[in-house]
Amino acid sequence: MKILQKIEERCIACSACEMACSNAYFKVKDREKSAIRITEHGQDKRIHVCNQCGYCIDICPVLAIRRDAQGVVRIDKKKCVGCLMCVGFCDAAVMMQHDEFQEPFKCVACGICAGVCPAEALYIDKDAAQVPLEKVTFFK
Amino acid sequence: MEIKAMKEARTLLTAFDYEPAPLERGYTDRSLHIRLGENRVEAREVPALVREKFIGGKGYGLKMLWDAVKPSTRWNDPENAIIVAGGPICGITQYPGSGKSLVCTISPMTDMPIDSNVGGYFGPYLKFSGYDALEISGKSEKDVVIFIDGNSGRVTIEEAPLEAVDGHVVAEQLTQMYAEDEEDKKNISVICAGTAAEHANIGLLNFSFYDLRRETARLKQAGRGGIGRVFRDKKIKAVVIRFRGTKGNLNKPADQSRINKAGIKLHRQIHDLDDAQCRMRQIGTANIIEVMDAYDLLPTHNYQYGSHPDTHKIASTVFIEKYTTQGMPDGCWYGCSLSCAKTADHFKLKTGPYKGHKVTIDGPEYENAAGLGSNCGIFDPEIILEANFYCDTYGVDTISFGTITAFAMECYERGIIDKSHTGGLELTFGNAMAQLELLHQMSRGEGFGYHIGLGVRHLKQYFAEEFGADRAFLEDIGMEQKGLEVSEYLPKESLAQQGGYGLTNKGPQHDEAWLIFMDMVNNQIPTFEDKAEALHYFPMFRTWFGLMGLCKLPWNDTTPADNGMTDEPAKIPEHVQNYVDLYNGVTGSSIDKHELIRQSERVYNFQRVFNIRMGKGLRVHDAMPYRSMGPVTTEEYLSRQERYDQQMKELIGVDPTGKSVQEKIAIVRAYRLDQYEKLTDAVYKRRGWTAEGVPTAAYLREIGMDLPEVLEVVTPLQG
Repeated sequence: MKILQKIEERCIACSACEMACSNAYFKVKDREKSAIRITEHGQDKRIHVCNQCGYCIDICPVLAIRRDAQGVVRIDKKKCVGCLMCVGFCDAAVMMQHDEFQEPFKCVACGICAGVCPAEALYIDKDAAQVPLEKVTFFK
Repeated sequence: MEIKAMKEARTLLTAFDYEPAPLERGYTDRSLHIRLGENRVEAREVPALVREKFIGGKGYGLKMLWDAVKPSTRWNDPENAIIVAGGPICGITQYPGSGKSLVCTISPMTDMPIDSNVGGYFGPYLKFSGYDALEISGKSEKDVVIFIDGNSGRVTIEEAPLEAVDGHVVAEQLTQMYAEDEEDKKNISVICAGTAAEHANIGLLNFSFYDLRRETARLKQAGRGGIGRVFRDKKIKAVVIRFRGTKGNLNKPADQSRINKAGIKLHRQIHDLDDAQCRMRQIGTANIIEVMDAYDLLPTHNYQYGSHPDTHKIASTVFIEKYTTQGMPDGCWYGCSLSCAKTADHFKLKTGPYKGHKVTIDGPEYENAAGLGSNCGIFDPEIILEANFYCDTYGVDTISFGTITAFAMECYERGIIDKSHTGGLELTFGNAMAQLELLHQMSRGEGFGYHIGLGVRHLKQYFAEEFGADRAFLEDIGMEQKGLEVSEYLPKESLAQQGGYGLTNKGPQHDEAWLIFMDMVNNQIPTFEDKAEALHYFPMFRTWFGLMGLCKLPWNDTTPADNGMTDEPAKIPEHVQNYVDLYNGVTGSSIDKHELIRQSERVYNFQRVFNIRMGKGLRVHDAMPYRSMGPVTTEEYLSRQERYDQQMKELIGVDPTGKSVQEKIAIVRAYRLDQYEKLTDAVYKRRGWTAEGVPTAAYLREIGMDLPEVLEVVTPLQG
């Protein structure tokens, strides 16, 4: 399936990807409205973005989440009732949510961010295998 | 299932067109009133004072019921009303457990108000359709279906002769009939009862929601108190609502961000911790079957014992492995990630009118496994599921049915009744086929099953008058109070739970106070003062959920990781704060956790006074059958001899040596009855009530429930 792949060691945390994503989908340059999120932990740069694992598909109570023909996991915003269970249950916290929107949003592997990344840390992989994302645990 | 023929057989009695009032900050401030018989439909404004004092949900239900009835009103008088209401928080989608409806009526069991909470989608859809509450009074001559189209703004009452009565059939028929297409089915919710509800005072209401993955209508229940009986007595076959366009912000909350934060936080908590905590997503409330058995709290053989060697046959693991589906969110209202509503799919029925059918069974809840199972000595998971199914579709309260059958079985085992009285049914503990046959008889309104459907209080009278049974013994072992059956927790060793069942408004249910875990498992209320305080705080706190349209399970069946370090872990302070945030987030108010309690105190005390107004609600009605407090029989005493002998020494200060079992039973009895009296004194005082259990005028003034009609009832009783 088609996913956005990342090479975290190359990332320089310049935020170009975040700006490009939020601009493309929400017409603003605001990292809070980006489906890709960069965080820094000391020297380490982390790239948080959906890898189309599909765990959220079974979480949605209204069947608003499904895979498209290329295997990309997409939200049907008309069906979505804004319950945010997919946001809460995403193992890697990459189902994004912003209070200005009823519906969550996520990476759809469009490649725009890969096109602007100066460090070539992102690329579209059209034949990726489905793998689970690294789990984030908020509460132990 | 010929939908076309059903539609053609309909006769329109009334059509009412309306402009749906805007829903703002949790309220539409409108109520819908239907008068059957006269076929009158009216929309009214909810007065500001009512909203201020009664908030919503059961508050609105009780207020409307008070206005509808007189002290002499019986459950089957036409002026008795059924009120369905959500509450200001009802209908948000972000926080688990936000879709409950509250249903109120005068109960056929207790002759006073009952309120029952239920999931499904009706409450939220009612609000979205423009109404904070729906009141149905009067009686129809023939079976009717009431339909509310919340998008176009139309209410119809139609005679509906051909639709089924049993819950699982009629819910499916009407979902299909009113949905414009497959996609639209999730926009339909049906309220219905079942054929047993036409004869049994323990009849319940089913509230449906459409399961998109299973492609079937599913049923949640407003279980306690016999509201289904009232429904069928009014000749209502179903109430159907349709609303298309559910979104998370339809309540137009004042602060969506606050709600979102609370919701995501709780989703994440459930995601991270549920598997290690209550396993609600895996198996729901049935997770405590084996826990209750381990703590000797599982009601067994009519509450004689607290455990059984065969409980492992109906442990939660058995249901998970063999019968309930996994990996699918089981839903209830949107956003409930606790997802406790399990189903057994493609289950082939062995008995009854649907024998051989493969059905979807909503369950088993803990109460079903305990009430239909261990309490009746039945340890066959398939029987429990089948009884669960038939109770739901026939419209029968599984808790009441389980407790009543257990009582009948003990009477049979002790020779108080025999085959000649039961129409040939051998009602021994464990006779599963006999239990199921009672249900089928109840559906047909005949046989011994008919009497079962009238309740323990009825059976005590019936056995004493018709078969010469020893009334005093029946009073000891018949687990009912105020006319309602005790629910499925063994209170015998927990003074707190005895009070939790006994010192209630509506009868011995666990909506108001579920303290047994806190007391017996977590040992969080060890002292007498702790128990008395808990019997004030928790009924008030729990009542709040009934004002809001919220489910209580996300409050205490999932716990923050650091809850144990808080100052009051039993209250789950972080969740209390979540609820304050939700309320303020929706309504734009700025209440704190104390005002939250105050809101409940008003409605709780109003309900107490309402009970008094109906001739009940006093200390004498708060006494419990002795089986709920201690060993009645020799076998019970001997089953826990070590514990009872030790307590006699340590707590009562009496040496058990040399005393006969009968003597010891009497000593324990006197002590425990006295303990209960002392608890009652302490709790009444804490609640602002007189020694007779009447709210004092001063206290009513303090909490702001000193309405003239309320003071009129209590003033002569201030003693």
